Amino acid sequence: MQKLVDIAFGVSNGSLSASDVVEQHLARIETRESEIHAFNCVTADQARQDAANIDADVKAGKKVGVLAGVPIALKDNMCTRGVATTCSSKILEGWKPPYDATVVSKLRAAGAIIIGKTNLDEFAMGSSTENSAFGPTKNPHDISRVPGGSSGGSAAAVSAGFVSGALGSDTGGSIRQPAALCGVVGVKPTYGMVSRYGLVAFASSLDQIGPFANDVRDAATLLEVIAGHDPMDSTSIPQPAPSLVSVLDHGVSGMRIGKVTDLPEGCEPDVLARLEAAFDALRAAGATIVDIELPSITYCLTAYYLIAPAEASSNLARYDGVRYGLRIDSPDLNAMYAATREAGFGDEVKRRIMLGTYALSAGYYDAYYGKALKVRRLISDDFARAYKKTDVVLTPTTPSVAFKFGSKTDDPLAMYLCDLFTIPTNLAGHPAMSVPFGTGAHSLPVGVQVLAPTLGEQAMFRVAAELERAS
Amino acid sequence: MSESISQEIVVKVSRLARLNLTPAEIERMTSQLAGMLEHFRDIDALELSTVEPMTQPYPLQNVLRDDVEAPSLDHDEVLSQAPSTESGRFRVPPIIGFDV
Repeated sequence: MQKLVDIAFGVSNGSLSASDVVEQHLARIETRESEIHAFNCVTADQARQDAANIDADVKAGKKVGVLAGVPIALKDNMCTRGVATTCSSKILEGWKPPYDATVVSKLRAAGAIIIGKTNLDEFAMGSSTENSAFGPTKNPHDISRVPGGSSGGSAAAVSAGFVSGALGSDTGGSIRQPAALCGVVGVKPTYGMVSRYGLVAFASSLDQIGPFANDVRDAATLLEVIAGHDPMDSTSIPQPAPSLVSVLDHGVSGMRIGKVTDLPEGCEPDVLARLEAAFDALRAAGATIVDIELPSITYCLTAYYLIAPAEASSNLARYDGVRYGLRIDSPDLNAMYAATREAGFGDEVKRRIMLGTYALSAGYYDAYYGKALKVRRLISDDFARAYKKTDVVLTPTTPSVAFKFGSKTDDPLAMYLCDLFTIPTNLAGHPAMSVPFGTGAHSLPVGVQVLAPTLGEQAMFRVAAELERAS
Repeated sequence: MSESISQEIVVKVSRLARLNLTPAEIERMTSQLAGMLEHFRDIDALELSTVEPMTQPYPLQNVLRDDVEAPSLDHDEVLSQAPSTESGRFRVPPIIGFDV
């Protein structure tokens, strides 16, 4: 598998041509995309043009960026000016944004080449990409199984070798869960570290953009490019992002690694065995394992599935057939709204809009949404207590390896349980990442999740790098 | 808190959410939402009266930029994406009544 840092190094010193790199990637996509369906669209012409420009810059002796000539895939909920951005929803089909998301501008400024937009569960609501209006993405390790979601297309694109790096968004695990199921690295940074300007909003107090890559160094390189304060996002943290690549070789000697003693049940034995092996590896590398408790973690699912749909029901009110996307013509405005939204949204999106609208409606607000916000505080307090005793926490990323298509589609709650270990991080606003760490049932990839406190990315990446060395 | 959700409430909520759900969707949604709300009863056991609600993870307040002119989105490019426009504005169906 070609490393992103090697491509950039080769292109910038002239030993690789960006045009050749792009052609090789397009050829790989051509070979297997019809089977995998990682992309909603491949922007081949624009990618070729961008590659030619980079090659010309290198030839002219101009300085090129740290991602010079690196093809990158973007989850199709990030705005790209003039290029369709669908959120895998019929309601936005054909919409061409009039601006680029900040992460897109940053990638381009660093010399990266956007090669396509990847499939997702509609509006990022789901854990399998089965909720995409354009059909599911397949797991490259076993095409009868889901790639995870919602950023399943980005995870599969990296796993299949279509790209060396991709961006996803993570509201309750939508980067880490598919990363684990597809056997790649996936990072959810601290809330506010990466600008959300131009990311189509799902649940604004939880959403965060992050990278996918084949290894920890590539993921750190990508995150360094997209992180940093952005005045266009009022929730952007107003301070420089930490340096990550520089700490990868620091090891874990003397670090404290938290082990959750009251981890919720329901994990496959193979997954738990890999987690134990990860603790052993870190212990052998000089870290100390510390027992911690997160008593409120059991209530995470409830808090999340009230807060996220509540925020979504408000954010998705903008899809009304007036300014962009689908419109179903009707005799009056209210009828037009309802007909457009009924035709444009898929089942899961409607379900969450309904749940969120209910949780926010008069008479139920205090009982549901208000209570969920208090539970969110309890979870955050649990972590605050834990991080007094430990530097990072290690858990499974997912309760199981990749599951079969259709096995959870009839039971929304069973699907929601896929996010049990990833949701707490989003509620707290902390960073967490999934690192491939061996295989479980059916020889499918298993991910181990490294969690850290707010802006604890350096410690998190040190541990992830150590796990990678040991795996 | 949570009494079980009825079809009448689901219909009311669908109107609030501007969703023209079909009768089959109403029925399915009622049973699925009831299942979820049943699961969500787990937090009823918690004593939360003294707990402060947490609305956002990072404590930033009143983030304002300097009041200086800056380029905005291109008017024509934005309108080109609308389902219907007229004289440089979004065109919508009648808001009140049908007899216009």
